[in-house]
This record gives sequence, structure tokens and C-alpha cells, in this order.
Amino acid sequence: MQVPAYVDYERATSVEHALALLARYGPGARVLAGGHSLIPMMKLRLAQPETLIDINPLTELDYVRLDGGELRIGALTRHAGLLGSPLAGAAAPILHDAERVIADPVVRLWGTVGGSLCQADPSEDLSAAFAALKATMVIAGPGGERTVPARMFHTGPYETVVAPGELLTEIRVPVAPGGGSAYVKVGRRAGDWPVGAAGAAVRLDGNVITSAGIGLTAVGAEHFCAAEAEEALRGAPATEESFARAGRLAAEHCRPVTDQRGPADYKRHLAAELTVRALRRAADRARGPGRGA
Amino acid sequence: MRVTVTVNGAERTAEVEPRLLLIHLLRDHLGLTGSHWGCDTSNCGACVVLLDGKPVKSCTVLAAMADGHRVRTVEDLERDGRLDPVQEGFARCHGLQCGFCTPGMMLTASWLLDHDPDPSPAAIREALSGQVCRCTGYENIVRAVRWAAARRGAGPR
Repeated sequence: MQVPAYVDYERATSVEHALALLARYGPGARVLAGGHSLIPMMKLRLAQPETLIDINPLTELDYVRLDGGELRIGALTRHAGLLGSPLAGAAAPILHDAERVIADPVVRLWGTVGGSLCQADPSEDLSAAFAALKATMVIAGPGGERTVPARMFHTGPYETVVAPGELLTEIRVPVAPGGGSAYVKVGRRAGDWPVGAAGAAVRLDGNVITSAGIGLTAVGAEHFCAAEAEEALRGAPATEESFARAGRLAAEHCRPVTDQRGPADYKRHLAAELTVRALRRAADRARGPGRGA
Repeated sequence: MRVTVTVNGAERTAEVEPRLLLIHLLRDHLGLTGSHWGCDTSNCGACVVLLDGKPVKSCTVLAAMADGHRVRTVEDLERDGRLDPVQEGFARCHGLQCGFCTPGMMLTASWLLDHDPDPSPAAIREALSGQVCRCTGYENIVRAVRWAAARRGAGPR
């Protein structure tokens, strides 16, 4: 029988209240959103907070909207909510690609976008998707709001820049015409964490790539991205040759480890191949009519 | 802490530790043993109940999180001695052998039919993809849900 260790529980009723509770209970407090990563971690004693601050009543953080050329996603948006959002699907189809293969439909009803990001599992899907999209994270704290690029959000496995006393409130994704994005994942079975996965977001001018974002997860990529591959793509034609070169660079610069999901050399192979597939699909979408990032 | 949860339409109050999981509140404190406690890792779905109308793996929710909310369990599917169409479908189509996964399967199926009254076999498999049956190979479960959809579509009996 797996049961969390003793913990205290507080229910927040607003962002301000959540911040006040986090301040009151200090570094031993942990934000509880959907709980679908945190509660299993607590059962295994991999997380042992003293106090849970339940933010589920904060419906003001559950939204997907377009605002000022950005797709804005509230941190308490459920995975099913993001997957069910036509706005998100049109502006950043990579997010729907990723959400379709995150856990299973029942888990997606409860798990949250912000919770997944803050859990910061090194195999987490949205971390790679938002890295590819060059998203921005909005973090509320006692001194007000601050923003952090998605690529600076994670400081290590299961660690983020969100300090004790702070709360991730929103993810902002830049949206502009001429963009396309896609996410491709290989897992062992339905609903599993990836063996490897790649996301790509490109902007095209004609057939020239004006900007490229590549996100990688589960393969030991620094900041969940493939900076060298992105650099090589800028100004290059959107061709199979360019994509193959980017795939090779992505694979060269990641540091996968052998674990129960697969050997390191296979994961490196996936980093290359899935980068190519994600770029191919992202470029196809960028060429299609009426697409965003 | 004291939690009050509306379970199958009735308000139930219990004094619990905040770390208590919803599945154990239902089974051990409220005596509702129809919800099964399976893998404990949110993989198998044997413990699925409806929380505010949506299926949830109750081994992965604290009872405290359900405080003030509505829970529906398999015990509430049958009404006035009449089986729910989903229950009848599982019985008629042999959607179960050992029955361990069945309560969770039926509650997710019931939620699916509320949102998609005529689901394709693929949609049924997708909806139930987070729940594991080790007996049937799923074929009969899909048939059971299709049967229930047809029965529901035929209107109230």
C-alpha cells in the first residue's frame, strides 16, 4: 500500500491567497494542482512536503486565449482543456500533438499544464513543446510578477526557477503568421512517458526558414532544446537535407542515458529521426493556409 | 481534518488525515467497496470514480481535495433495481470476467456516453486507454459500450 507521508493541507481561494499561504508555510510548502505527478511522487517519498497548498479552486488560472499576438495559457488549465481548445490547435498545433500523447484521457482531465511544467520531469512532453515555441513563463510572487523564458525555466531534473513563495500563473506563446509546429513522440505503450520526443516550430518566408525552435525531451537535451540545430536552420531552405543536418546536430548535442525505457544509442537515434519528422510536419503546416506558430 | 463529500447524492462527513486518498475514504471510511484499489500508481484505472461528473483515478486524489465536491461510484449506477444501460451492456456482452476493472470501466464509459452518445470503437478504446483489463482483451468491453450506446439512444425504457 502506497500512502503519502503525513502532510498538512490548505486550500487557496485566489492567487493572492495562495501566495499568502506559500509565504506563511515557507519552503516546506508545495503547490498542489492536479496532483497527478505530485501525489505519486509523495507516495514514493520522492516528494515530502510539509504542507500542500491546493490551488484547484483558482479557476481564474484555467483559460486559453489569444491576447496581444500571444497565446496565453493559464497554469491551471487541464491537459484536456488545452487539447480541447481550438485556439491552441490553430495557433500552435504542436500543443495538440503533444497533449494527445500525454498520459491518458482520464489523467488529462485532472493533470494541469502548470503542474506538469513545475514537476519538471526530464521526460515531460510540454517542456519540449514550450521550448520549441520559445514560450515565456509568468511567475507570481510576493514582489509581483516576473517572466522567464521557457528555456530558462528548468534548472535541473525536477527543479525549476519557481522559488518557494512563488506560483507559476501563465504560459505565453508568441504567435505570428507564416509559422508551423509539430510534436512527435515514441513511447513504449499508450499513455507512457516518451523514450524520446521532439517538437519543432518554424517560420518560413517562401521556402526559407527565418526562425526555428526545436524542443527535445527524455534525451538529456540542455534546456529541452537543440540550439545548434536551430542555428543551422536559420536562413536555410526548408528541405529534407536541412532537416537531416538539424537532426544530426540535435543528436550530437544531447546526452541521453540508458534506463528502463531504452538504451542511450537508441535514444540518440530517436533525437535525430524525431527532429527530422517534427521539422517536416512543422514546415508542411507552415506552408498550409491560416496557420500560426 | 473534517471532509464533507456528496457521495452518490448523499452528504457524507468523515474525520480524516489530509494525506488520505479518495479511494480509501470511499472504501475504508464509507464502506463503498465497489471502487477497486488496484495499482496505486494511477496506471490501471480500477479505482476510477466520477468527481464532479468527470472520471478520476481515486488513488491519485486526496480525500481533502474532494471536500465540498460530488463523487459518484459504481454503487450509484443502478437505480430502483434497474441496471444502468452500461451495466446491462457489460453483462450481456460479457464485458467482464473477474470484474476487478469493471467498476472503473463502467464509470468512464458512462461519462463517455454523456459526451459522445454514439462513440466509434476507436473512440471507446481511446476513452478507456488509461484503464487496464487483464481478462477480456477489451473486445467485449468495446461491444458492451456500443450496446449501452444503442440502448441509451433508444430512449428511456
